[in-house]
Amino acid sequence: MDNKQLQELQNARKEKKQVVLATNLSSGVSELLYPFETDEITPLLEEARLALRFDKPHETEVVNEKIFLNIFNPPLRLFIVGAVHIAQKLAPMAAATGYEVVVIDPRRSFGSEMRFPNVALDDRWPDEALEDLSPDRRSALVTLTHDAKLDDPALESALNSDVFYIGALGSNRTNDKRHQRLISKGFSEAAIKRINGPIGLDIGAQSPAEIAVSIMGELTACLRGKMTK
Amino acid sequence: MNTSLDLAAKDDVIESALHWQKEGKKVALATVIQTWGSAPRPTGSQLAIDETGNMVGSVSGGCVEGAVIQEAIQLMDNGGYKTLEFGVTNDEAWEVGLACGGKIRIFIEALS
Repeated sequence: MDNKQLQELQNARKEKKQVVLATNLSSGVSELLYPFETDEITPLLEEARLALRFDKPHETEVVNEKIFLNIFNPPLRLFIVGAVHIAQKLAPMAAATGYEVVVIDPRRSFGSEMRFPNVALDDRWPDEALEDLSPDRRSALVTLTHDAKLDDPALESALNSDVFYIGALGSNRTNDKRHQRLISKGFSEAAIKRINGPIGLDIGAQSPAEIAVSIMGELTACLRGKMTK
Repeated sequence: MNTSLDLAAKDDVIESALHWQKEGKKVALATVIQTWGSAPRPTGSQLAIDETGNMVGSVSGGCVEGAVIQEAIQLMDNGGYKTLEFGVTNDEAWEVGLACGGKIRIFIEALS
């Protein structure tokens, strides 16, 4: 690898790109791959996509050449809309799982430092905050406010992004109403299907902490490519 | 609340390698490309080494770094790359906090 590649790798990481350093172990030649920035399908790109998705650097053999794929994934991020009770449990759990967490709630009495010690808080309106934070394919978003005024703008932002997980708290009835609202906003059925609602794995969760566990479970399954619904 | 420690470590390695190159030093990069058993550092872990033996990052948590640095400094003289295999004995594994041994393969390259 030369200085130019090394500098490009570092720049890509700073720009939060998903990049793979592919090194041919026989020739010593390296190349940088951006597997999610192209639709091209080659055995090497497919392997690189898997490596990124599962956070697994590995050696692979492509056309009789041994290639080592080292991965450089941007940090996982979780945006929680609604500084509610469940968010108080979910934020530290997600942080322990390796996520950078931001709790978004313009209602200052909810999103207070006393309620969320050591958590990044954002008191902007959700769509404004999300436009600035620009969620990517390593990001997840959950809405927990029960209030369409706050949840809907966040969900609309998420649907227009590459986030790997969208979850919305609310009963089946709330969920159906939200569905109608999003349809009338022009979102397709396929797009709305990206929203996991009611949120979380069906583990009979009762308390806010248990609901947070069910959300983390579902989120993890989506990240690792395991369909749960 | 950033817990991505490994990520930060990887970042440091690349940053340090670039920094050393900027200072006009020769630099090598070592990467764990395969592990068997309970190797101390996961596949993909990296170590950057400069010509004076400074290092950032880790490939084994300490047990093979010495050997890796020696190989790296040799490579820097003429350029090139090399794959090395190390067995971590039970005793060494114990030293780095693991109860059983493991094996690792490391790719070292002189950066040009």
